[in-house]
This record gives sequence, structure tokens and C-alpha cells, in this order.
Amino acid sequence: MRKVVIGLEVHCEVMTHSKNFSASPNEYTMTPNIHVSPVDLGLPGILPVANKEAVRKALKTAMALHCENPDEVIFDRKNYFYPDLPKGYQITQVTKPCGVRGYLDFYVEDKVKRVEIHQLHLEEDTASLEHYNNFSLIDYNRSGIPLMEIVTEPCIESSDEAVAFLETLRSVFLYLEVSEAASDKGQMRCDVNISLKEEGETKLGTKVEMKNINSFSNVHDAIEYEIKRQNEVLDHGEKVVQETRRFDDTTGKTFSMREKVDAIDYKYFVEPNIPPVKITKEFLEEIRQEIPPLAFSRMNKYMEEYGLSRYDATILVKEKKISDYFEEVIKNGASYKSASSWVISLVLASLNKLEISLEEFFLTPKMLADVINLVDNNKLSMDHGKKIIYQAIKEKRNPIEIIEENHLEKIEDQNVILNYAQEAIEENPEQVRQYVEEGKDYIANFFVGKVMQKSRRQADPKIALEMIKQELEKRKNR
Amino acid sequence: MKTIKSYRKELDDGKVTSEELFQEARKKILENKEINAYVTVLEEKEEQEGNSILKGIPYGLKDNFSTKGILTTASSNILKDYVPVYDATVYKKLKASGAVLLGKTTMDELAMGGTGTTGHTGVVRNPLDPSRLIGGSSAGSCASVVAGITPFAIGSDTGDSVRKPASYGGVVGFKPTYGRISRYGLFAFASSMDHVAYFTNTTEDAAILTDILKGPDKMDMTTLEDDGKKYTETLENDVTGRKLFYFKDVTNPSYYQDKKDPILTETLTKFHETIEKIKTLGIEVEEVDFDKNLLTAIYPAYMTISCAEATSNNANLTGIQFGPRGEGDTPDEIMMDARTKGFSELIKRRFILGSYILQKENQEKLFLNAGRVRRLIVDKMTELFQTYDGLIMPASGGIAPHFEDASDALSDAYLILENHMAIGNFGGFPSITIPSGIVHQMPVAINITGRVLEDDVVLNIAHQIEKKLNFQKIKEEARCEK
Repeated sequence: MRKVVIGLEVHCEVMTHSKNFSASPNEYTMTPNIHVSPVDLGLPGILPVANKEAVRKALKTAMALHCENPDEVIFDRKNYFYPDLPKGYQITQVTKPCGVRGYLDFYVEDKVKRVEIHQLHLEEDTASLEHYNNFSLIDYNRSGIPLMEIVTEPCIESSDEAVAFLETLRSVFLYLEVSEAASDKGQMRCDVNISLKEEGETKLGTKVEMKNINSFSNVHDAIEYEIKRQNEVLDHGEKVVQETRRFDDTTGKTFSMREKVDAIDYKYFVEPNIPPVKITKEFLEEIRQEIPPLAFSRMNKYMEEYGLSRYDATILVKEKKISDYFEEVIKNGASYKSASSWVISLVLASLNKLEISLEEFFLTPKMLADVINLVDNNKLSMDHGKKIIYQAIKEKRNPIEIIEENHLEKIEDQNVILNYAQEAIEENPEQVRQYVEEGKDYIANFFVGKVMQKSRRQADPKIALEMIKQELEKRKNR
Repeated sequence: MKTIKSYRKELDDGKVTSEELFQEARKKILENKEINAYVTVLEEKEEQEGNSILKGIPYGLKDNFSTKGILTTASSNILKDYVPVYDATVYKKLKASGAVLLGKTTMDELAMGGTGTTGHTGVVRNPLDPSRLIGGSSAGSCASVVAGITPFAIGSDTGDSVRKPASYGGVVGFKPTYGRISRYGLFAFASSMDHVAYFTNTTEDAAILTDILKGPDKMDMTTLEDDGKKYTETLENDVTGRKLFYFKDVTNPSYYQDKKDPILTETLTKFHETIEKIKTLGIEVEEVDFDKNLLTAIYPAYMTISCAEATSNNANLTGIQFGPRGEGDTPDEIMMDARTKGFSELIKRRFILGSYILQKENQEKLFLNAGRVRRLIVDKMTELFQTYDGLIMPASGGIAPHFEDASDALSDAYLILENHMAIGNFGGFPSITIPSGIVHQMPVAINITGRVLEDDVVLNIAHQIEKKLNFQKIKEEARCEK
């Protein structure tokens, strides 16, 4: 068995008002070449103006990934010729990336995996090319959009780990609100470096790079294919060629693009048009304050402190807004377990059914918590509770209002329930006979149903059963 | 010699209209056709927007400033049909001041070169003696002022591209502190050393222009905060007690004895005569023994840094976004063809050098070391500026050369004298060249370089020296002796 060694380079578009070095809007659009300025076209005489918001978000992400931040912000030029690179160089960070030496913890099944982050840097995206038979078109909308590149150490050992890492990383972006990270808009893309090494070998094998894979399932499939392919090559006693391969998602196979004889010399040097800006401790502290607890730590809290299952915890932390909602329900007094099960079974289900987002959802955490508390304190039946919640969502009304209006609070008054029980017994002599004479104990449930009916389902079923048994037993002894 | 102020007076007195000045300037260009100062001459006067002392006065703009709708070639074949879609900040400010753009001036291709002979439309000649060059790279802008076509012209200065030609043409050439004026829209040559600079007939005119052009620009992150000063208001400040220094040895005629170059000897002798006159203003002038190794390293350091930055800065010229499209089957072939056809051999040589300098294996030894030399020189200058208000040197070791004498060859003797003004670009120091005398019927000049941010002090000292030296007389001599 050979060991799989994977390193990832993840590109993620940063959410900002304008592009990284120009004032053009940073917005997704299908109409080509509308978000374009002289700067994005690399026209003679243009100068870059660094986007503070992009830098801030890159520093924030680096911080959330436990990276060390630099003492100043500087950018470098990466020089190469390609039709999608209008200036003939890309502004990126080499000398002092926004973050170095970090890590990200996450669950793969029930085990915690740590992936070391080599670095996180901020750069600008290239234009996008559309290739046709004998010509290509260039769309400069993407040219200059701020991009974070996160480079991991080669420490990922399987396709599952790679996908779990990417999912967690995406959740970090979303929790921090630094990116929409939507793969279908090309906002999160991934390069995969993969090699195999013999068991016990310390030296890494020859690596193959697969560029620009745009969905997590493709990352999974590409890795699986490469593992199989490289194993076959090695099994035949051949050598894996260092090269760049392209993953084709229709065939699920990878194809050689170019062999890498020598790494390209990008002739990096410091961008002279962006003066270095010192990063103060205060500025970093200000950013740190804005970082919310992330999915991984919330998940651990839910499992360890709240006693939730890993399955439920995973569902709750999947989206920050859901997790925030859940925590608000708890703050409003609901118990951990009830809050968890109501949010998962009711809130998430409703959102799905109604196809709306949490922002459009009428029911506030306080409203939900109030209902949960009534149910947990036996003031309201679970049955009613759920119905009221659905009604409240549908009619956009406060559930407490509905409860009061319909007198739906649970009837626990023994005298009231006793009255219903006696009525039921009087009205159903045949069932009484079966209970008393034939000893059919289960007939008691029939009477509970009657009491519930009479009380418009408000009676506490436990007390009802108690009262019914008490009355029927009396008749036995007569 | 007509200054901005004299143009202003004529306009204000109604002796002449802006339109007449514009047409007159166009006529002068035709009369001076062999000078080849302009690549493009505007057919019609642009609509004037603003109002200032410059309102209605024509000027020339170097052909590496982006002008919306007006051909901008940087005197290169690769840009021979390039019409920009946006305005450089400098051009915008001049428009807003009411100044009248006459046309775009000829330059050394892509501002690389110091002779004014490498533009795609041919050589620029020295209006004082057409058998001589005017220097570059801002050749046409200089010639425009020297020939009296316009009272001022805008250039750019990366090594001494304004201050050297100013010396050859007997006019004032001023480069303010780096960041004082926005570079947005100036085609980049070497970004860390590129400056907007200009030619005028007097220091006062240079101050007038600086007051109008300076200020922060949100399009250029390297621009300085507004210093709230008006440089025209401090020109008459007392300069008594100001201290200047010059480099020992290299300014001494006997240092070059074996050269037997009468022009050099005379230029340096004149320089020392000038120093004596300056001393009568109450300015102290001392000689300083500056590390000769550092001075000798100025030129190679300058070439190393500028070629490296230029290679990258001009990587946008591929014929993909604009410019003549190359031929070929792959993007690489298309770009390579456009660049092969579009650049002259001289430019290609610089790009190859720059590329070599930036290569991973050479960066440390070449690029980064050049940066260290630059830092050492700037540090040494900054140290000297604690004692002195400025460096005063001959702007050149001679007069404008004849075309046949101009060469790119390095001469040890001139290595320092001809290249020291790059110090101003290394440190972003304000630096001005003003005429100081006549040698062989051609002008020679001094250059004064001051502390960063102290543009006002440099202009003040230069203005006082200028008055002492009597410019008017120098210029008349230069012309009537012809």
C-alpha cells in the first residue's frame, strides 16, 4: 500500500465592493466586459490602488486559520505573459503574505484532522477566456477581482480528507463573510498536488498538479482517479512524470496538459506603486474582535457542553445563521436538546419546504423558545406546539398569541379532566363493560382519546389516563 | 524669452487671444519642422474648462501621458496608433487650469534613452544648433521651450530625462519630490524612479506649474499629502546662510587632465566661477568627498533597476488588448511577433537585460544589490542633507553633443559627471537644472538637488541664483553668438 500525499491550493474570491486594485465593481455578472476600467485592462499609465477591505478580509481569514500575520502589507509582481493577464504581470504577495504557518482542524467522520496551512496571500484574478474553434474571447470582468490563495502543506492523505478540508474552509469563508465561495460562479477553485510514496519512505514521490478544479465532488473524483492511475504506473515499475494534468468531469479522467521540466521563473519583485503599509497591533486586534466562533469550535461545544450528537451538531453548524439562531433559542431559555430538535426538525424543515432563507423566516428565536418552554414545562402538548409553530409561520403571527386566542394551553386541572373522563365513561357503556368485565386494560386508551377530543386536545394525556383508570377501577369494585 | 507671466500679461492686456497664441505656436512648429519636437499637433484648440494663471497659454505634453482621444505613441512603433481612453491626472489638472494643449512631444522610445534620437518619428534636434542633439528622453518637450514654441512643456524624468536636456537647451528643468505630482496616466518606465517634470524658461514658472500640478491623487498611492504651501510665494525668501555642497574631484578640471577635453575643462571652470557668484548671495558652498565607489555605481545601479522595472512595466504591450496585432498560431507566437516588430533594438536590449536581472538566479546579485547601492547612496545623501540644504553640481560635463558624437558607450571619466542626477530619482529628491553660462556658444547648467519634501527650498535657492546669474543674458548670448 502506497501512501497518498496531497497538497491543495485553494483560490477564493474575496467579497468587496470594488476590485483589488481598481474602482470597478466586484460583482458577478453574465454580461461580459461591463465591470472594466483602464486599470483592469492594463492600459499604459495605469496604477494600482490597493483595496483596504480586501486586505482586511485576507488578514481576517489568515487569523481565523491561526496564521501569523505580517508586520506590513506589501505586494509583489509575478511576471509572465498570457492573454488573460493584461498587465503582463499579476499583483500578488510573495515577500510578506497576509498569513503564514497556520492550520485548520476539522472532522473526518469522527476523527479530528489538522491540515497545516503553508500560507495565505492576496492577489488579483485574471481575465477569463472563452475558447472557440479558431479564436478566443476575453472577458475582463474577472480581471482584478481580489482573490485569496490558501496553500496547504502536503499533509492530506485521502480524497475524503481533501473534501472535508475544502468544506470546512468554505464554512470558514462563510462564517467570516469574506466570500460567497460559490463554486458554480467560480468563486472557489482548487489546484490539487498529489503524489504517492512507498510505505516507510520519507521522501515524497513525484507530484502531479491538477489545476482549476471547480467543485468538491470533482476534487474527490480527480484524486481517486489519480491515485488509481499513479498506482498503476508504479505497479508497472514505471515512473510518475512531473506534470500538470487536467481533470475532465465528463469522463472522470485526468489528461496530461504539459510536462513541467523546470518551474517557470516568475521574476517576482516588490510592486513599486504600492507603498508598504505598517499593520498596527490595534488594527489586528480590531479585526480579531470581528471573528465569530467558527463551525469547528461550535460543533465541539454542542457535543461536549450541550450533549448533542455529532450528527445534530454537524447539521446545526453547517450555516452560521442557523447556528446563531439555535444559540439565540438557547439564550431565550430553551433546553439544549429541545432547541436542537426543534430547530432541526421544524425550522430547517420549514425553510426547506418554503424555499426561503433564514432572513425571510418569520419565526424569531424568542418565539420558538417560548413555545418550546411551554411544551417542556407541560403547559402545552408537543402536538399543539408543532401545529402552532406551523400556523405562526404561515400566518406570520406570534405563536403565543395563537395559543391564547385558542385557549390551547394544556389543561392540567384534575377536576376539569375528571369531568371529561366521567362524561366519556357515561357515554360509552360497552367499552366500560369490556374494561370492567373482560379485563381489557387497553380500553383505557380509547377513553383518553375521548377526553382529548372533548378537551380539544388540551387535556394532559397523562392526567387523563390517570383519571380514567381511577374511575374505571371504581366500577370494577362495585 | 517669454515666460508664463509675460504670456499672461499679453492675454490679460488683450494684445493677443488664446486662439492666436495657439495658431502662432502651430506655425512655429512648422517653422521648426527639422527640430521634430512634436509627434502630434492638435488641429483645433480644445475647449477650455478652468481658469488660472495658465489660462489660454499653449504647452507641449510628452507623448507618454495618456490623453483621451488623442494619439499617444510614447514614440514607439508598438503604440503608433494607440489612442487612449482616459486622461492622465497631470493632463486633467492642466485642462482644469485652462492651459491649452498644443500637442504631444517627441521622446526617446518609451522614455528609455538620453539622446532624443530613438523615437519612431526620427531624431529631435537642438533648436540652438540643429547639428546637435537636445538630449532626452523628454527631447521634444525641451525643444518646444527652447525654440520658443511654448513657454512650458511637460516631460518625465526617470534618470535625468528632463534635467539633462534642460542643460543642453539652456532652459529650466524641474523634477519635484517623488509623489508630489501624480503619475497616474504617465506611461511607466521605472515606477520607483519615474517623476513628472517640466521645462520652463524661469524657476518662477517652474514654481507656478508645481503649485498647479502638485497634490494627492487617489489614483496614485505614492502621492504625498498636500503640504498646503504655495511655492511661488517663497521664491524671494532670504537664502543667506543656506549651505550647498558639491562632489570633490569629479568637479575639478585637473582631475581629467589626461582627457584633453577643452569643453569639459571649460565647463568645470565655469562651474567654479558660478559657485563664486553664488557665494556672493550669502550661500555657503563646500566640497564634500563622497565615496567614489558609490558615485561610480550610480549608473550601473540605475540601469539595473530601471531595466528590470521597465521589462515588467512594458509587459502590457503585447498587441492583445491594443496596438498592432501580431501574427501566429498560438498566443505566445502572436505576442512575440507584436513585440519583435514593435520595439527597436535598443528597447529589446533593455528588456533582455531587465529580464536577465530579474531571473531568480541573478536577482540577488544584480537587482537586489542595485537596490542596496541605491539605498546606500540615498542614506549618504540624507546624512549630508543634515548639514547641507542641497547638492550643487554641473548638470553635465559639457554641452549638447553633435549627433555623430552621441553614443551609448560608457566613458569612465564621464560616468559620474554625466549620471549623478539619477541620485534625485534614487531618493525622490526635488532637483532642478538651471542655465549657468555659455561654453562654445552653447549653454551649460548647474543642477541643485535638495531634501525630500523641500521643493520650496530648492525653488527658492534656484530662483535667487537665477537672478544673480542673469538668465536673460545667458540666453541672448547663446542665441546671438550663433
